Amino acid sequence: MSATDAFASPNLAEVDRQMNFCNACRYCEGLCAVFPAMELRRVFTPGELDYLSNLCHNCGACFYDCQYAPPHEIAINVPVAMAELREESYARYAWPRALAPVFARNGVWLTVGAALFVALFIGGFMAWKDPQVLFGVHVGEGAFYKIMPHYGMVGLFGAAFLYAIVASVMSLVTFWRAAGPIEGLSAISVARAMHDAATLRYLDGGGMGCMHESERPSDRRRLYHHFTFYGFLLCFAATGAGTLYHYAGVEAPYPYWHPVVILGVLGGIGLIVGPLGLLATRRERDPAITSANADGSARDMGTAFIIMLVATSATGLLLLVLRATPLMGITLALHLGVVFALFVSLPYSKFVHGIYRFAALVRHAHEQRVAHGAPAAAPAPAAERRAA
Amino acid sequence: MKRPTAPPGALKVDVLVAGGGNAAMCAAITAARNGASVLVVEKAPKAWRGGNTRHTRNMRVAHDEGNGILTGPYPFEEFWDDLQRVTKGNTNEELATLTLERSKELWDFLWAQGVRFQPSLGGTLSLGRTNAFFLGGGRSMLNALYRTAEDLGIDIRYDTELIDIDVEDGFFTGATIRDGDGTHRVEARGFVAASGGFEADLDWLADAWGPPAKNFLVRGTPYNTGSVLRLLIDKGFDQIGDPQQCHCVAIDGRAPKFDGGIVTRLDCVPFGIVLNAEGERFYDEGEDFWPKRYAIWGRLVAAQPDQVGHVLIDSKSINLFMPSVYPPERADTLEELCQKIGIDPTKVAETVATFNAACRGSHFDHTVHDDCHTEGLTPPKTHWARPIDTPPFYAYSLRPGITFTYLGIRVDREGHMLFADGAVSPNMFAAGEIMAGNILGEGYLAGIGMTIGSVFGRIAGQGVSTYVRN
Ligand SMILES: Cc1cc2nc3c(=O)[nH]c(=O)nc-3n(C[C@H](O)[C@H](O)[C@H](O)COP(=O)(O)OP(=O)(O)OC[C@H]3O[C@@H](n4cnc5c(N)ncnc54)[C@H](O)[C@@H]3O)c2cc1C
Ligand code: SF4
Ligand code: SF4
Repeated sequence: MSATDAFASPNLAEVDRQMNFCNACRYCEGLCAVFPAMELRRVFTPGELDYLSNLCHNCGACFYDCQYAPPHEIAINVPVAMAELREESYARYAWPRALAPVFARNGVWLTVGAALFVALFIGGFMAWKDPQVLFGVHVGEGAFYKIMPHYGMVGLFGAAFLYAIVASVMSLVTFWRAAGPIEGLSAISVARAMHDAATLRYLDGGGMGCMHESERPSDRRRLYHHFTFYGFLLCFAATGAGTLYHYAGVEAPYPYWHPVVILGVLGGIGLIVGPLGLLATRRERDPAITSANADGSARDMGTAFIIMLVATSATGLLLLVLRATPLMGITLALHLGVVFALFVSLPYSKFVHGIYRFAALVRHAHEQRVAHGAPAAAPAPAAERRAA
Repeated sequence: MKRPTAPPGALKVDVLVAGGGNAAMCAAITAARNGASVLVVEKAPKAWRGGNTRHTRNMRVAHDEGNGILTGPYPFEEFWDDLQRVTKGNTNEELATLTLERSKELWDFLWAQGVRFQPSLGGTLSLGRTNAFFLGGGRSMLNALYRTAEDLGIDIRYDTELIDIDVEDGFFTGATIRDGDGTHRVEARGFVAASGGFEADLDWLADAWGPPAKNFLVRGTPYNTGSVLRLLIDKGFDQIGDPQQCHCVAIDGRAPKFDGGIVTRLDCVPFGIVLNAEGERFYDEGEDFWPKRYAIWGRLVAAQPDQVGHVLIDSKSINLFMPSVYPPERADTLEELCQKIGIDPTKVAETVATFNAACRGSHFDHTVHDDCHTEGLTPPKTHWARPIDTPPFYAYSLRPGITFTYLGIRVDREGHMLFADGAVSPNMFAAGEIMAGNILGEGYLAGIGMTIGSVFGRIAGQGVSTYVRN
């Protein structure tokens, strides 16, 4: 029996409606994690619906495979219903609650944030040091720190990053609790989830491939997401390594062959190719499976986040190219401003999808182990699947 | 792929295939791989392509060993015994043997066309050994076949109906098709009829079943009106099977008239009592588990006034079965419930009181054939009988849902269609539901509809393309 009237939002009610049909049908159970998770339930609480929506990777397969997809009157469109609920759920679990509205006009907030922090860095440099220092040519070890002292950078960015972590953890806890308690979470389930996240196992239509343009599968979204994700990790590693080298007494800027620069450049390239590729796939996406929010307007948090990532890597690479010129100071301000804005906006941007997705994958791995003694059955590799 | 609309002159191809489901696509792909140029005309628009195949879940295939997804062997002999049992021997032995034998090739054939399979997770465990489940269901399976057909250069026209065929001296010489721009002539050297049964034509059903058929719900596509079947019978082809024979099950009465598919099933019957429009019980609701009984309930409900059954249950049972997709009517008293569903409360009160008084047994367990039964009641309820006495009360409605019809055209083992006088048409073939009656004289075996479609689709595609090449 559906409790449709009881739901606080139309998006929750719609996903509940669709899941009740899917649970009576179950044809899609082999496509991804969502359907096996659904099958463990007869009815759905709002927290469980949020969980399912964050488990959905938006691969599109279940839309093209659904005999009830529009124009059928039952109108099942799981990718869109899940996407809309998912984006709504980010605001629901935002910490502090007062910042939840940032999601609704995400593009505006991110742009304003980036511009503001770039301006503050330029202004700060000017006020702190003589403009001649800002526009001077600095080379050799410690050149950046002539403009902004290292302790200042570490302090400021450390604080911003710490804030992002605290806010994300608080959100994560609320999200996790909403879907109900679980007992005896094992390391195996966490490892399983890490594997599934690292390989984007469920961005694959259960083996047939992700479908974003039409019922012809294409692996591009998965590929570009890998570029983005691993680009992000490499940049992160570069920053971490840079800090360590600094305390070991080797100061930035580093020569081109230096591990920090290599990590940063590879990551930066990933963070340009990946997000731009993802932007392109968003444009190619079949309108039938595109959520109304993904329209490139202020509420389109996916596009906003992608642009932030590109801006981060582009300004970083620009800094690498211009670091021996009088433009270094201003480029540094640009880069630091964007990075700062990225950091403080992490808990209020599409970035959170990664946190909730991972949490959902952990819960999923756990549930399936409890229910079936193993993770949800995956189609066997091609060779094994052939009849003897 | 956008295609110019039909040219004013006749379309010339080697092979014309009428239909767009499993049988049609298997035939078209096989013919194209064998070197023929193929035109597929599908009456439905693209979004609705694929007939009843879009509603399917799995296909029954014989295999000598399990393969990781098929959980164990299902040898030909066992398949044969199963078929004998359900059809009570009412099958063409030669064609049935051929179908089951060649079903062994289907996994690999479909795999090569891009179709993928998955293990059956919940609920359908017993079929995990015998049936290959399509990953993503029948529509995903169809998408794979259509992708392959497009890649092979097969000309696929949606919204295009076959409306006439020319037959001279037993030979197919051409056909007339109709699309949004009007009618066009097709010159082809071979023809495959793969256009399904007539289950969506309520008038035709009424001819066989009488007026109650108008109240049937059609579980599958509205496009299977049997127009090609009718055409072929009118051209003198031999019809096989009884027009009354069909697969008919009891489904949720609130389902759409067409295309409700699998989600309209109701699992509540064994938990309650079923009343007809007059407020009377008419059959043992607890005879067996529902999946074993829903097929006979189609006919039972069809025989009741207005072709409707009302299932009454109370709150003891509401959480024991999968929720229905359409919520039940609910009320705190039986009287109020009867008013909501429009049956006589006095009569229902009497029926329920008599039923409640007849309930015996105390070890209710819906997972086994328990000891809760009625005594001295006609009809009895032999299991899961518990008094209907704990409010709130709930009501669901049941209606007959027709899955497909069995009446078809007689074929030989090469898939050629036969005339009523026994003559064989050398270049006209049939595959799928339109000839399934050759194998299924009566009864049904889950997954065999798709097996027949794929096996005979391949046979017809091979036969027609070999013919046109010579
Ligand atoms: C809800 C439901 C579930 C089912 N589940 C299963 C299952 O799990 N396993 C199984 O084996 N079977 C199942 N069946 C039965 C199965 O659907 C059929 O046996 C099978 O699809 C028949 O395939 P076909 O290609 O012959 O016909 P269809 O798939 O029905 O295709 C017929 C095609 O012909 C087209 N057509 C009709 N008239 C014309 C015309 N005049 N000109 C051009 N085109 C025309 C139609 O548009 C349609 O595309 C199910 C049926 C239903 C309704
Ligand atoms: S998306 Fe459609 S086909 Fe898939 S499980 Fe849901 S209702 Fe069934
Ligand atoms: S991950 Fe893909 S198949 Fe699964 S629910 Fe989301 S869109 Fe559908």
